[in-house]
Amino acid sequence: MPEVIIPIGPHHPALKEPVNFKVIADGEKIVRLELDISYNHRGIEKAAEQRDFIRVLPLLERVCGICSHSHSTAFAKGIEEIMQLEIPPRAQYIRTIVAELERMHSHLLWLGVAAHEIGFNTLFMWIWRDREAVQDTLEEMSGNRVHYGMNEIGGVRRDLTPEQVNAALVRLPHLEERIKKYVDMVNNQETLLIRFKGIGKLSKEEVLKYGAVGPTARASGVDYDIRSDDPYLAYKEAPWKVVTDTHGDVYGRTIVRIGELEESLKIVRYCLEHLPEGPIRVTVPKIAPKGEIFSRYEAPRGELAHFIRTNGTDKVERIDIRTPTLANWTSVAMCLVNQNLADIPVIVAAIDPCLSCTSRITVMNDYDRKASSITMDELRRQSRARFQRAERL
Amino acid sequence: MMDTVLLLVYIFLFPGFLFLLAYALVFEYLDRRIAARMQHRVGPPFYQPFADFIKMLGKEVIDPDGVDKRIFDSVPLVALAAVMTAYLYIPIIGSSPLAFQGDVVLVLYLLTLPTIALFLLGWMSRNIFSAMGGIRAVTQLFIYEVPFFLVILTPALMAGTWSISEIVVWQQKNMWFVFLQPIGFIVALIGLQAKLERTPFDIPEAETEIVAGPLTELTGRRLAFMHLTTDVSLVAGSALISAMFLGGPTIPVIITPIWLSWIVGFLLFLVKTLTILLILSSIKVATGRIRIDQLNTIGWKYIASAAIAQVAIVLFMSYRWVMA
Repeated sequence: MPEVIIPIGPHHPALKEPVNFKVIADGEKIVRLELDISYNHRGIEKAAEQRDFIRVLPLLERVCGICSHSHSTAFAKGIEEIMQLEIPPRAQYIRTIVAELERMHSHLLWLGVAAHEIGFNTLFMWIWRDREAVQDTLEEMSGNRVHYGMNEIGGVRRDLTPEQVNAALVRLPHLEERIKKYVDMVNNQETLLIRFKGIGKLSKEEVLKYGAVGPTARASGVDYDIRSDDPYLAYKEAPWKVVTDTHGDVYGRTIVRIGELEESLKIVRYCLEHLPEGPIRVTVPKIAPKGEIFSRYEAPRGELAHFIRTNGTDKVERIDIRTPTLANWTSVAMCLVNQNLADIPVIVAAIDPCLSCTSRITVMNDYDRKASSITMDELRRQSRARFQRAERL
Repeated sequence: MMDTVLLLVYIFLFPGFLFLLAYALVFEYLDRRIAARMQHRVGPPFYQPFADFIKMLGKEVIDPDGVDKRIFDSVPLVALAAVMTAYLYIPIIGSSPLAFQGDVVLVLYLLTLPTIALFLLGWMSRNIFSAMGGIRAVTQLFIYEVPFFLVILTPALMAGTWSISEIVVWQQKNMWFVFLQPIGFIVALIGLQAKLERTPFDIPEAETEIVAGPLTELTGRRLAFMHLTTDVSLVAGSALISAMFLGGPTIPVIITPIWLSWIVGFLLFLVKTLTILLILSSIKVATGRIRIDQLNTIGWKYIASAAIAQVAIVLFMSYRWVMA
């Protein structure tokens, strides 16, 4: 069969967010893949430069609809470091609890999506039902299911009452039992095994070469986790270990995520049981001194990095967000080659892509392969022209 | 004259087309409902398939660029007509009035037509997803069809007749083929699942890979008829397996008078087809989708071998009987 180009995206049932792959396939085998991201640039970094710290946090929380807490924590952590603040232990514990609950809901969501990508809808429905327990806990603590709004520079905004702590602890045994069930299913369910094993393999060297992060890297045996390599919040005190695996394929990534679910549950339980007494925030100065900080955070998808530069005002001069998905794209493009066409959805899903968070503007010229950046005025002009075109239609 | 009227009633009203269409939609409802309850969902109300069908009939029909409209319109109708005709030859309340020697071959042939229709639709749509789906549908056809044909024909081999109605009578006198040929029954169920493109064999319509496969460019009544074809195939396939392996509308006891045997036969038909639906739905719920190359391996290595083994066993047994 001659080579055919199969366009996947920007609108496709397998994708929840816009991205475009041009898959060049020979029959059912993938020969090459061209990746086109950034369909959804929202100008968040620029907008963050125009707001003071208090108003930047809710904005950054909206970078991602799943790891919202990650972004606000990474930013708050960075600013606190510039201001040389030590936030109270109770606030640190509360941040940790929310962060780990978020990791659990993200990993459960991922497992459901991965099952859906291989057409296993029963597992998808079951997992998303059980995920509600995590969502309910988060809603009880913060009032919201997705954008918790817990963080503040210098601490957290809401305290946990003993009732909330108890309600959360009561939910954990059931969750633990369900997670065990899924561990069992992933290891024994025949269709899961034949669709996950040996698919999208990445060796340890390849992971290091392409700079993959998070569960994708840990599944290939790279022991890289910011929570243990550069500990923050309460991760030094809580009992947990970095989950790694040596399979290096989609199966390995599943094993790592399921293992992390169990570890997260342990951390949440420890933090809830050992929640220190005391204040939940400290008073902070309005302005931050001039400085630069590189704030790292282990989001559910991998290492999230915020580069923050302050200039002695109440606003940041520059913030640059590197989401884990951006770091993982190269590895996906590489491990798709020579795979089966039917495995695209599950391999792409295996890095748990969070596409809209990843959108950054770099203009690539397709002919001479040169990258350039675009000025704000040019962007404004283009968006206006597009808006007018849309109005005319 | 009376015979003609009765025959027309049989074909068009009961248990023919009118009942078939209603039963097919009920079947779809039950299938979706069973799956939903197993997946801890509520599932659709009973009239949902009817509502879907009527709504789709009223929707705009969009012709893709450069597609022959008449052929595109007629292919779904041909597919639907083929499976509805197949159903007429399967005994529902007693023997089918249209039965003849060799109707089992005709039914198998007619039940294959929807897959060919899918391939045609996919190829004509001028859409890469449809074309991929069409190719996958035909690839799959070559994998499951051989074992499916073999195991459906083994009861005929043992009963010594090529008429479904006579095979049913043979089972009433002797024993159901599900006990005589358990391997054949299992292979037939797997083959039917693959024929109907249900999980784990929904490869040609894999939503997350190739959108809706061959159905991607279908709209309005074309889509409605293709969906209805799938539902009718489900009924016809279940009825065929029930007739070939579960004694169709009979039990090993002969019931008199004849009208009572018809009522009992009809109830037995309902019970048996619904049992088969329950099995097929459970398979659908309990598995994920496999890949076409994996299906190729599994199909030829295990399913085809099992079917051939079944044929060999039957031949051996018949030979022994002839000698004795």
